[in-house]
Amino acid sequence: MRVSASARVTAPIERVWSIVSDPERALHYMSGVTRWEVASEPSIGLSAKYRVLFRVGSAEIGGVVEVVEFSPPCELAWTSLTGIDQRGRWRLRELPAGLTGVELRLAYGVAGSGLSGWLAERIAAPTVRGHVRGSVQQLARLVEYEQLRDRAAARRAAAG
Amino acid sequence: MARAQTAGNSQPNGNGTVPGREAWQEGRWAGALGRALRAASDLLTRRIPRADLDERDPDFIRERLPLMWLVASIWYRGEVRGLGNIPDSGPVLLVGNHSGGNMTPDTIVFTLAFSTYFGVERTFYQLAHNLVLAMPALGWLRKFGTVAASPSNARRALESGAALLVYPGGDYEVHRPSRERNRIDLDGRKGFIRLALEQDVPIVPVVSIGGQETALFLSRGERLAHLLALDRLFRLKVLPISIALPWGLNVGDFLGHIPLPAKITIETLPPIDLRLQFGPDPDLDEVYEHITRLMQQTLDALAAERRLPVLG
Repeated sequence: MRVSASARVTAPIERVWSIVSDPERALHYMSGVTRWEVASEPSIGLSAKYRVLFRVGSAEIGGVVEVVEFSPPCELAWTSLTGIDQRGRWRLRELPAGLTGVELRLAYGVAGSGLSGWLAERIAAPTVRGHVRGSVQQLARLVEYEQLRDRAAARRAAAG
Repeated sequence: MARAQTAGNSQPNGNGTVPGREAWQEGRWAGALGRALRAASDLLTRRIPRADLDERDPDFIRERLPLMWLVASIWYRGEVRGLGNIPDSGPVLLVGNHSGGNMTPDTIVFTLAFSTYFGVERTFYQLAHNLVLAMPALGWLRKFGTVAASPSNARRALESGAALLVYPGGDYEVHRPSRERNRIDLDGRKGFIRLALEQDVPIVPVVSIGGQETALFLSRGERLAHLLALDRLFRLKVLPISIALPWGLNVGDFLGHIPLPAKITIETLPPIDLRLQFGPDPDLDEVYEHITRLMQQTLDALAAERRLPVLG
């Protein structure tokens, strides 16, 4: 099952990238995520491993994921090593007028689980879709708020 | 000898029957019943598989996670809190209160939560009554890491570095009447404390609520179990009587039942290092009281959150 969500962020692509590529900040904007912790070195970049858990239904589901694509400032993709099968991708694109197009894709399932797996994927989809949509929206709000604060701080510094 | 005496006293009574012969026949029936029960007990004992920890199959568990998720999320609306209290690695003794009769919904919800939180790669065993593992239809439980409840199996599981879930109250607690649903009753069993001390592992109490609302449990049927010698033959202290789907009046619960969709909430408490908390030679009674009191307080808090039975 694959779900995705996208948004336009009023901020330069580098600023958005600095947040999505930093594992320490994942819990600040990832909706439904209860854990996003570094599982091994390197902590950022290709081959970085994280332990990621999402709250879906009555369980925290996830496992250890590994970053398999890391192309600043556009693409960050991961795939699962343990736990349920999952592939995720942040896709950033520079848009005119200083905007950034942000898309989060998440594909998940359990190979070999048969009919129950097929059913569970579909029943969980609205929750997972809500988490993905919420994550993109929270990321947009976070980036824009931080940008606003930086500008305000710069104004205060210039005035002082 | 008994047979010769009764045969020798046989005189017809007023009803035209012979009292001695009647008593002899009763004795013969009792003897036959006893022999049949003993034969059944032997048969079941032979069926109990020797605990092989290697039978646990992570791939099998992983492939069943969606089914467990469906049952736990939709039927029981399961909620498991505080899994972060369980140490991330190493052996640990998880001590739970047991509810829900032979269907044990709390085990399903907790096993799913543990397996998804720590991953199926972390070895996790559960102790179950011998009879459960002897049931031909439940052989797949061994692939989940369920082993027969015995001190040696528990020891081996912890020595292997696994997390081990035990229900000290066992069949006594799991079949308690519904009116006692919010009561921790481990029946004074302290073997789990000896085990934790012997293996020097922390105890993590796991408290669940809702399981005893999946049927109307009327009585443990202890007297009935004793009369039928189930305690001596099958280690069964109870012969529970309940009202459950689809049977109506359900005696024994041997075939299980369709559990009502009661909301199951489970709270995992912080680990207890017995020697750190109670000194180098802890008193078993003191530890038992501490753990059961802690579990009862948690259960009371969970019960206070609950607005309606079954619905949660």
